[in-house]
Amino acid sequence: MAFVKEFSKGLWDVLPPFRLVLGLCPTLAVTTSAENGAGMGLATTFVLVCSNLLVSLLRKAIPSKVRIGAFIVIAASFVVITELLMQAYFFGLYQVLGIFIPLIVVNCIILGRAEAFASSHGPIDSVADGLGIGLGFTLSLFVLGGVREVLGAGTLLGARVLWDSFEPFAFMVKAPGAFVSLGVMLAIINLISARMAARKRRAQ
Amino acid sequence: MSFGDYLLFIVGAILVNNILLAKFLGNCPFLGVSKRMDTATGMSMAVIFVTTMAGTITWLVQYYLLVPLNIEYLQTISFILVIAALVQLVEIIMQKTVPALYRALGIFLPLITTNCAVLGVAIININEEFSFLDSIVFSFASAVGYGLALCLFAGIRERFALARIPKAFEGTAIGLVTAGFMALAFSGFSGLVAH
Repeated sequence: MAFVKEFSKGLWDVLPPFRLVLGLCPTLAVTTSAENGAGMGLATTFVLVCSNLLVSLLRKAIPSKVRIGAFIVIAASFVVITELLMQAYFFGLYQVLGIFIPLIVVNCIILGRAEAFASSHGPIDSVADGLGIGLGFTLSLFVLGGVREVLGAGTLLGARVLWDSFEPFAFMVKAPGAFVSLGVMLAIINLISARMAARKRRAQ
Repeated sequence: MSFGDYLLFIVGAILVNNILLAKFLGNCPFLGVSKRMDTATGMSMAVIFVTTMAGTITWLVQYYLLVPLNIEYLQTISFILVIAALVQLVEIIMQKTVPALYRALGIFLPLITTNCAVLGVAIININEEFSFLDSIVFSFASAVGYGLALCLFAGIRERFALARIPKAFEGTAIGLVTAGFMALAFSGFSGLVAH
């Protein structure tokens, strides 16, 4: 059951980037469409799961003084692997995501989970943690990308979803729209969790 | 490039293609340290210093180490190691030589390793095939743009203490919306320099 618990917390309790306010740069930059958001999320998930696994396996071997450096090297190695794999198999997506693929290495979520979780837990729990957080991140990026794509271009996953005379807000797919829509989504999530907490208090 | 070209290049990097608001680099510390003006200025100074040095050194690493040895695919891993080592080195040197500055910047230096603006600028320098001098100028100007946006934002955020904000928007959410409107204001500069 521990696996399920570690996995599911990433989907709501510590859902990045809303609960853990980490990894904002890729969140803001690549969510111009649902597809790009999901692609970035999956690439991050791959790196996160692999780095969590390796950090967890090596947790007794890495001296604590140089642990941050070691975590960065581990993450960077998997980022290079992701970069090469994406160049080979998903070249279109690789070009769209551009500089944000190498920048996965400085995504604070990766380093944050290595430090806060994988370095003190076993490999199975760490993989569950990585998968949960990674998929939560992917889901957030997909939803944010979807909202921005629908309002900013009138399409979802490339297919037209709004009526023909709909005039897209160019604002939404440009830089300012990214900040504002992320802020509004964060507020909505705050509102929902405040309601849930209030309901739980009443039930007791 | 002539002097005038450089001036346009610098203005472009600071205002038009602001690294924070237009290119989305370095947003985590942007929201993290912008609650107070003094921490924001400290962080800005540290970013300007480290980004300029990192941009210079990674350019040298790329063209005198990675390209001759034909191992450009190790760019990401070598750049991040250079930056991590540089930050550590700067910390040690500062502590010994200018303790006053070290005390002011101290806690921000370790945070910079994971500030994606530093690695981002280093990679942009290479992707855009800038010359050595261009890279130094671009790194410095981008970092100044970062500092400018960060300090302006901190100024706005300090006023939030006096404002009545809906409960759900408190903290980061209102910060993000504010950053959005700042980005909108900065996009007004886009006609300033032709690209």
